[in-house]
Amino acid sequence: MSGVAPGADQVVPPAEVAEVELYHPHSWVTKYVFSQDAKVIGIQYALTATAIGLVALVLSWLMRLQLGFPGTFSFIDQASYYQFITMHGMIMVVYLLTALFLGGFGNYLIPLMVGARDMVFPYVNMLSYWVYLLAVLVLVASFFAPGGPTGAGWTLYPPQAILSGTPGGAEWGIVLMLVSLALFIAGFTMGGLNYVVTVLQARTRGMTLMRMPLTVWGIFTATVMALLAFPALFVGAVMMLLDRLLGTSFFMPTLVEMGQQLRYGGGSPILFQHLFWFFGHPEVYIVALPAFGIVSDLIATHARRNIFGYRMMVWAIVGIGALSFIVWAHHMYVSGMHPWFGFFFATTTLIIAIPTAIKVYNWLLTLWRGDIHLTVPMLFALAFIVTFVNGGLSGLFLGNVVVDVPLSDTMFVVAHFHMVMGVAPITVVFGGIYHWYPKVTGRMLHEGMGRLHFWVTFVGAYAIFFPMHYIGFLGVPRRYHELGEMAFVPASAHTLNAFISVVALIVGAAQVVFLFNLVWSLFRGREAGPNPWRATTLEWQTPETPPGHGNWGREPPVVYRWAYDYSVPGAAEDFIPQNQPAPARTGIAR
Amino acid sequence: MIVTLLFVAALGAFVAWWLSRQGLAAKPWLETGPVGEAASPPHAAKSGLYLFLLVAGSLLVVLVSAYLMRMEMEDWRPVPWPRLLWLNTGLLALSSLALHLAREAARRGEVAAVGFGLQAAGVAAMMFLAGQVLAWRELAAAGYRPATNPADAFFYLITAVHGLHVLGGLVALGRTGLGLRRGPGIEALRVRVELCATYWHFLLAVWIVLFGLLAFSPSVAWLYAICRASLA
Repeated sequence: MSGVAPGADQVVPPAEVAEVELYHPHSWVTKYVFSQDAKVIGIQYALTATAIGLVALVLSWLMRLQLGFPGTFSFIDQASYYQFITMHGMIMVVYLLTALFLGGFGNYLIPLMVGARDMVFPYVNMLSYWVYLLAVLVLVASFFAPGGPTGAGWTLYPPQAILSGTPGGAEWGIVLMLVSLALFIAGFTMGGLNYVVTVLQARTRGMTLMRMPLTVWGIFTATVMALLAFPALFVGAVMMLLDRLLGTSFFMPTLVEMGQQLRYGGGSPILFQHLFWFFGHPEVYIVALPAFGIVSDLIATHARRNIFGYRMMVWAIVGIGALSFIVWAHHMYVSGMHPWFGFFFATTTLIIAIPTAIKVYNWLLTLWRGDIHLTVPMLFALAFIVTFVNGGLSGLFLGNVVVDVPLSDTMFVVAHFHMVMGVAPITVVFGGIYHWYPKVTGRMLHEGMGRLHFWVTFVGAYAIFFPMHYIGFLGVPRRYHELGEMAFVPASAHTLNAFISVVALIVGAAQVVFLFNLVWSLFRGREAGPNPWRATTLEWQTPETPPGHGNWGREPPVVYRWAYDYSVPGAAEDFIPQNQPAPARTGIAR
Repeated sequence: MIVTLLFVAALGAFVAWWLSRQGLAAKPWLETGPVGEAASPPHAAKSGLYLFLLVAGSLLVVLVSAYLMRMEMEDWRPVPWPRLLWLNTGLLALSSLALHLAREAARRGEVAAVGFGLQAAGVAAMMFLAGQVLAWRELAAAGYRPATNPADAFFYLITAVHGLHVLGGLVALGRTGLGLRRGPGIEALRVRVELCATYWHFLLAVWIVLFGLLAFSPSVAWLYAICRASLA
């Protein structure tokens, strides 16, 4: 790697890389199962995350069935409802989104996009996936454990999380959840070290930091954040595990349960909340920053425009990453805190809107007068912008203490974070899959099925979550298994709940179309060729599609330009790949 | 969490400094400069270790933060400090010193001295761990068990987390020692020993902080007062 800035007319010989640096698989098992190839590991991450994500999707159906049609389904009682909530939330946030963005997209794209042959520590990278899989299996095991999975809510707040009144609290559910989280963090740390060091040290000749695609910037920054934030969750999980198993009292105050004084005493439940949210808020951006990066690349490619304000986009990513560490207590306004701290955290929360807004404006200005191709990836990218703005605006409501306090325990919060952290990142996941699937498999996903999937998902998501804001304003509480007779809840809210549930079932079913498309196109999809989107970034310039082990053979690429040379005046085509030295640049300021 | 915030602030300052040297003000869309080789980067394994130390440091800072938060509550009853831990601290320092000497020997290419240094470091570290376990037993025998009160629980947890890091380091040290027998190139040996030494110095530095924190229970009320005053 070297930080170089070659002139456009200078052709630089590639760095010769010795064959022995790569681990070459000797069997089917070492090629596809215990593989050290980051691309295979990325696909393994993606498939595992998708599989467990489907479990979470089914759990959300069950929740919606209960909320929309209370009392109809006898197998959904209070305990199971809380278990569905808890597992749905934790799976979606940690085991699906985090794993998919960093483990899936990160593994597949980082080495390719920076021109490396693989991650710098391939063996550790392989371990990362297998530890992640173990974490998922431990989590799934809790469904079959005595007492079932934990029903503590996805934030696992003590003291209730480990009390007998909470499903799984006094049995195996909470133990398996905490062990699974600890394993996940250990596995992620192995992968995270790889992603960061690969970006820092394995970039190919000419790939300066400021020539990296924004996808890499997003994943890189999010990984650094995750490496710093996950230890807080790890510490919290271990301490709670000790409270549950050894009877320590880190988080457990003196308690009387069912008339019996418990052995606990002197612990601080608020301490757990601090630890959890010190991880929890950066986690929002650990998911969002890769999405920001990917969506930037999708927009530039499918609008045939250089990204507007590249430098500002990079600075905004870094700025958001830094700021996200000093906003965590805005999740704790209702826990009781010194008013000045509330003021401090409300202020930092609102400040973070500035770099975020910069990114949104830059996406819009990239689209402005672009040659917009409404491909399926582009549709999902546009859906992301709209959804993220909507979700972000309701976040401004909740960032203010006086507004948050009355809304905090209502469905408004559920609607807000599903828009900003559920629907928005998932649209990017889909957009990214439709965009890079041709590189991964060599075939295009079916366009018609893709459009059907998009429109049902997009319109359906709005039909679900927009009314949910309104229900929240009415004061409908979240976390309730059944509303029962609440004088302030009008009958129309119940009707709306039923409507939301029906739409949720339809949106869920639409994902089957997507899954079918993934499998069908693998065999019957149109041949993609090496660069179907006519994109500039390095992953599209590999000698083989799908890229072979080592990505570039004996000749890694040399980078001559940034990642966004689209529609360059005077150029023969409307894109110039990063590794193309000619034609000579005219130095036109854009 | 103020200690954590200070850690994040210090880290942020370092990252800002580092980024300022990475040409983040460049205008890549206008770049037409000549080809130039950058300074040779540090070994990937070294970068990986530094990053891991950052993660481990972050974990310990969060733990210390939690400890300090709990300590400020009125019902805090500190654990009586076993004197044995002074000896343990000395053992860990010896271990670190032995690895420092092994590193110097590796730089000079003296393989036999490297082997001796690694063995001495390993033995001292194992004695440190044994000493920590003895200290636990001493406390437990005196009635201070993990479930007795939060101060006791923190004592066991913090020392256990540090001990596990030492144990992990011993695995790496053992692998380096075994590799020595197979006779790796002197350059590879030098890198491995340097990594071990760096990790050991980190463990010693962390232990000294934890030792001060657990042994003397210094109040940080003044720090909270300053932070609150600045908010007001």
